[in-house]
Amino acid sequence: MRCGVVSFPGSLDDADTVHALSDVLGFDGVQLWHKDPDLHGVECVILPGGFSYGDYLRSGALARFAPVMDSVIEFAAGGGLVMGLCNGFQILCEAGLLPGALVRNRSMTFVCDTVHVRIERSDTPFTNLCETGDRLELPIKHGEGCYVADEESLRRIEDSGRVVVRYSDASGETTEAANLNGSLNSIAGVVNEAGNVFGMMPHAEHACEDLLGLEDGAIIFRSIEAWLRRDLRS
Amino acid sequence: MQAKVFVTPKSGVLDPAGKATEHALHSLGFEEVHDVRLGRYITLEVDGDPAEVTARVDDMCRQLLANGVIEDYRFELGESPGQ
Repeated sequence: MRCGVVSFPGSLDDADTVHALSDVLGFDGVQLWHKDPDLHGVECVILPGGFSYGDYLRSGALARFAPVMDSVIEFAAGGGLVMGLCNGFQILCEAGLLPGALVRNRSMTFVCDTVHVRIERSDTPFTNLCETGDRLELPIKHGEGCYVADEESLRRIEDSGRVVVRYSDASGETTEAANLNGSLNSIAGVVNEAGNVFGMMPHAEHACEDLLGLEDGAIIFRSIEAWLRRDLRS
Repeated sequence: MQAKVFVTPKSGVLDPAGKATEHALHSLGFEEVHDVRLGRYITLEVDGDPAEVTARVDDMCRQLLANGVIEDYRFELGESPGQ
């Protein structure tokens, strides 16, 4: 799998994501530059975590105007797989590719912790190797990860099954204590209507190798690969 | 001319920063305060005639300065300072 990772000014986790893809999982991780609209033939695009453009104005608000984003939006419109992690999720919401928005954590503090997320849908390109109800143990580190949407949008998001992962405890219960940023309905990640654009706050890329203490994130990347290969066969 | 843009959280959208500020005001003894909402105030110097500037600033608000999912905006046009 040839997977592009976009570097914006202020991205932090771009190199870590390329490392997880190339060195740990054996895929071909390709760094994409924000000023270069060429996606270099990648089969999937990842928008990494960090503080693109210093989080000026709003988290993710400025990154969507980078030259590479026109190509990413076009790629997504054509059915290409796009995943945003942490700041990447914020960028996808700001770009209008995903519904809702991410605001300041309800606690008003930056959270850096390990959480569990419960898989709500295992029929997406990003979770197809999981079972519904599975829990993944993943790290989070963000100040603005509280997922919000107005009441009607939230109902639409829920009714159309767009929630892919929710914060839960280890047993899979969505409790208030397990929802560290205060997201509505414990939403940790959502997918677009077509199912090819996914964003979540937890860092799958930092949970791919034993050295880092967590390996549950690997299944997200392996799912993408499995989906792409299946698509090629069909 | 100068545009003064006010961006505020939509009513009903969670505003943790406003809530924390409200709590701080309460703890200072300003107990009569409620519904504190925190927004942004942006000033822009824009060239053009007022009708044109109004349309352009409205576009700027919709495309970038406010996130319509969670924020409302309004703006005022006036003389640039010093003129």
